[in-house]
Amino acid sequence: MTSDLELFLFVFMLATFIGLEVIRKVSPLLHTPLMSLTNAISAISVVGAIIITGNEHATELSKILGFIAITAVVTNIVSGFLITDRMVKMFKKRGEVKK
Amino acid sequence: MEHLVQYLYIISAGLFILSLKWMNHPDSSRHGVFAGEIGMLIAIIATFIGFPGPITAGVQAVGIGFVHNWTWIIAALVIGTAVGIPIAYIMPMTAVPQRTALSHACGALAAALVGTAEFYQRQPNNAAELRGFIIVALVIETLLGYLTFTGSLMAMGKLQEVLPQRPITYRNQNAVNFLLFAIALGLAVWLAIDPTQTQLFPIFAGLSLLFGVLLIIPIGGADMPTVIAILNSYAGLSACAMGFALGSRLLVVAGALDGSSGLILSIIMCKAMNRSFTNVLFGAFGQVQMSTAKAEQRSYRSASAEEAASILESASSVIIIPGYGLAVAQAQHKIRELFDSLTKRGIDVKFGIHPVAGRMPGHMNVLLAEADIPYDKLVEMDEINGDFPQCDVALVIGANDVTNPKARTDKTSPIYGMPILDVDKARTVMVIKRSMNPGFAGIDNDLYYLDKTLMLFGDAKAFVSELVKELPARVAA
Repeated sequence: MTSDLELFLFVFMLATFIGLEVIRKVSPLLHTPLMSLTNAISAISVVGAIIITGNEHATELSKILGFIAITAVVTNIVSGFLITDRMVKMFKKRGEVKK
Repeated sequence: MEHLVQYLYIISAGLFILSLKWMNHPDSSRHGVFAGEIGMLIAIIATFIGFPGPITAGVQAVGIGFVHNWTWIIAALVIGTAVGIPIAYIMPMTAVPQRTALSHACGALAAALVGTAEFYQRQPNNAAELRGFIIVALVIETLLGYLTFTGSLMAMGKLQEVLPQRPITYRNQNAVNFLLFAIALGLAVWLAIDPTQTQLFPIFAGLSLLFGVLLIIPIGGADMPTVIAILNSYAGLSACAMGFALGSRLLVVAGALDGSSGLILSIIMCKAMNRSFTNVLFGAFGQVQMSTAKAEQRSYRSASAEEAASILESASSVIIIPGYGLAVAQAQHKIRELFDSLTKRGIDVKFGIHPVAGRMPGHMNVLLAEADIPYDKLVEMDEINGDFPQCDVALVIGANDVTNPKARTDKTSPIYGMPILDVDKARTVMVIKRSMNPGFAGIDNDLYYLDKTLMLFGDAKAFVSELVKELPARVAA
């Protein structure tokens, strides 16, 4: 058990530093799309929601909560990625802009 | 199979990191979105094919055959998709801050509900199963999840103007909040030590929900960029805690990425306002006492669209400073017409973007990009500030506090020390504004009373279109 925790903390620490370094380089132009992209990515909690709902021993409560959770995060995944794409498509350089 | 699933998760985590990396430039940003989508798809597929089954003799069986309750899962996937697609396409770009707050709420709610389900599901079966760091992770996940859920809904209500944008304050507010949080935290610790006390859980969840509401109501509209970034970070951290609780490294990685992204953005926002986290969260910016500022009448100059157009026409460089008023008036397309009209005359037009202009990080950039203004004309504060002394006209549209020279000089001003756009150094300043009423924070702006400042009274969209109309007419004459 303890070794699990240590491993997870290790992963957490590394991922946080990678995140800090990568995000620091993101252009302020793109901060809004960045936020909706990270939002879509953190909807990875769909994994947890599926595991809870699909469990053989899931109670009625788990099924209902899991159902709401999946619905909420899938909404985030779908709208998050689509809207980020819609936003980044709008950023054009001079010359690319059609008159 | 178990190994394949783990490799898929590793690929997925790698794609998420790449996805964020590609967001560093507009040219590669679409690849970024694509990488994120593929990563998510792989993760979902891996979850189904590697679904955990019973553990026999210490070996975890996995396989798609262990997934039960398909109806529930598929129904949720379908409903989520059906709701998500129209949100993505119908929503106007001016509503992006609200949608972001809503999606923080959805993500946090999911984490909180999964945590709740997990708690009840594990606890009755086997008290010994819920111990150690798993229960600690579970209570952190639920606490952050619930408070981010209601907090984000409050933020969304303020952004949508369903709730008042001004801070709602009452006496001993911070003391009440602190007490409430302390109780919630105490219950969390109690639950972590003795998870069999299931009756405490609903109280704990209720307090977390309430705390989210109380945390956000004293925060004013102008602080929303920071608040949204902080909520972003919390939503990520609750997903991360879920990863600890469920034993999923992918969740830990993705949650940590989201958490650090929110953290960086909130640091940038705080720096741009010269304030600390605690000050944003507990300071109740723009409180009542400031509106009692001196009512003395000061003189200012105003001008009509025709006069303003002739000044713009004779300029050789113009810097436009957009603010939240632009979003409210939905003036971005009209500004594009003005931009075209001036550029055609050989006038150099740039936009000076303050980091906290608007209601979320990068808000102005998205609106102006939507109106097809090339992104190389959107210049950050630190880069554009050197250009103001050589600039003929600085045109302020819907921005206020970010241009207030008091931030440099007046130590008693609440915005003292906040980095501002040096608009007052331009040769001529023009400000489009509805009236002389002070802005959101109730702070009088000295910029408006300078000799070189012309006030242009009217709705941002209407006035800019008048300017556009005046310009070609003068060429013909």
